[in-house]
Amino acid sequence: MTGLPRLDQPFVTGSVETREGRVPQVSSSWTQADYLGTFKARWGIGRMHYMVDPGLYALGQPDEKSPVLVTANYKMSFDRLRKALPGRNAWILVLDTKGINVWCAAGKGTFGTDELVARIGSSGLERIVSHREVILPQLSAPGVAAHQVRKLSSFKALFGPIRAEDLPAYLDNGMKATAEMRSKSFTAWERFVLIPVELVDALKAAVMIAPVLLILSGLLGPAGFWPNVLNQGLFAVQALLTAILAGAVLTPLLLPWLPGRAFSVKSLTPGLVCALWLLLWRWGDGGKTGGLLEMIGWGLVILSVSAYLGMNFTGASTYTSLSGVKKEMRWSLPLQIGSGVIGLVLWVVSMLVDQGV
Amino acid sequence: MGQLIYLKDVVTLALNEEKCAGCGTCEVVCPHNVFRLNNGKVAIVDRDACMECGACATNCPTEAITVQSGVGCAQALINSALGRSSSSCCCVIEPKKPGAQETAIQNPKSGCC
Repeated sequence: MTGLPRLDQPFVTGSVETREGRVPQVSSSWTQADYLGTFKARWGIGRMHYMVDPGLYALGQPDEKSPVLVTANYKMSFDRLRKALPGRNAWILVLDTKGINVWCAAGKGTFGTDELVARIGSSGLERIVSHREVILPQLSAPGVAAHQVRKLSSFKALFGPIRAEDLPAYLDNGMKATAEMRSKSFTAWERFVLIPVELVDALKAAVMIAPVLLILSGLLGPAGFWPNVLNQGLFAVQALLTAILAGAVLTPLLLPWLPGRAFSVKSLTPGLVCALWLLLWRWGDGGKTGGLLEMIGWGLVILSVSAYLGMNFTGASTYTSLSGVKKEMRWSLPLQIGSGVIGLVLWVVSMLVDQGV
Repeated sequence: MGQLIYLKDVVTLALNEEKCAGCGTCEVVCPHNVFRLNNGKVAIVDRDACMECGACATNCPTEAITVQSGVGCAQALINSALGRSSSSCCCVIEPKKPGAQETAIQNPKSGCC
């Protein structure tokens, strides 16, 4: 474990001289690069390598009385922390969480007691501040045993609020958090920003599956290869995209208002609505439709894919338990697989029957 | 959160009232108001709101709280059932890092970020 974070990192605006050497200085403002980085991370671009060096940083011009705020070395965590503290002076102690955010790293143990104690030691924090307190984000609690930190280092670990945005009030109120600051929400905006990553993952799978559907339709359909591809094939791809819309976009957005508690059940409402809308369009398309079998088949596939994607959103949610997810998966996954397979079989049959095979 | 509740009666959260020293740290760290400190002891007041994050168990100095915690990722469970454990997919079940936490957590932790 080496000492100080590098001074030449792009977001470092200067340095502060301390007994331990030159500590990189950061501000609470974001540059265009910071905004772009956050945007890209939200779309899953480079987010597994979006990191800052672990170690001690200076926000503004902190002195030996300034508070010490601890965070993860995921750059978004670091950026959101400093952005929440305009005009303030503080020390920011960044732990090596391998570029993972606070809550997930805490769950995995990388934002943990040992790493915190080690980082306090290696940064020489004792010789930089005269007080003996570090402030942790509340969501690091799964990984950090505050009473152990006290025993293993000379510092007392306090749990600050969940949101960095509440830190100014917390600090001004003498390190007191309100009950609201200690409750994890899952607002429409919070759900909204999680959609791009889910969508990109689903589309990556779709890009692999679509050619298979097109080729299958070309070979098995009633007319020639290319007419089939443009008719049954294209419709299959449209159905797939409809399922992705329902499961990866609408389910997260409308979560609190969708009936059911299990996420796969919640997905059935947008799944059904989107499927009906697509099938009505297909029905009205006159001579192109493959008949009832094709529609029921794709209706089933849309419901199962939509349910699968919705169930997957549990991993990004803020309130589902592992025990609950296991229970949901036990009955839901077989149903998803079963109805998906039946749907595809019906589709294949619908194409063969058309040929009079 | 007010209206968002997942499945009922399913979490592994358990409180041993005899061991409880009434420090109230569980109430402080819990993100879903599961606990309330009352007359020197803590009580579970909203069990179905628990997401098994483990914050309470990790921070209980007397080990009065146990829970099988893990990041609740469906993808990690599927991957583990398929026998996948490589680093190319972040969503895997990893064995808990030794010494990473001193808690009563029993299960291996899911590695989903």
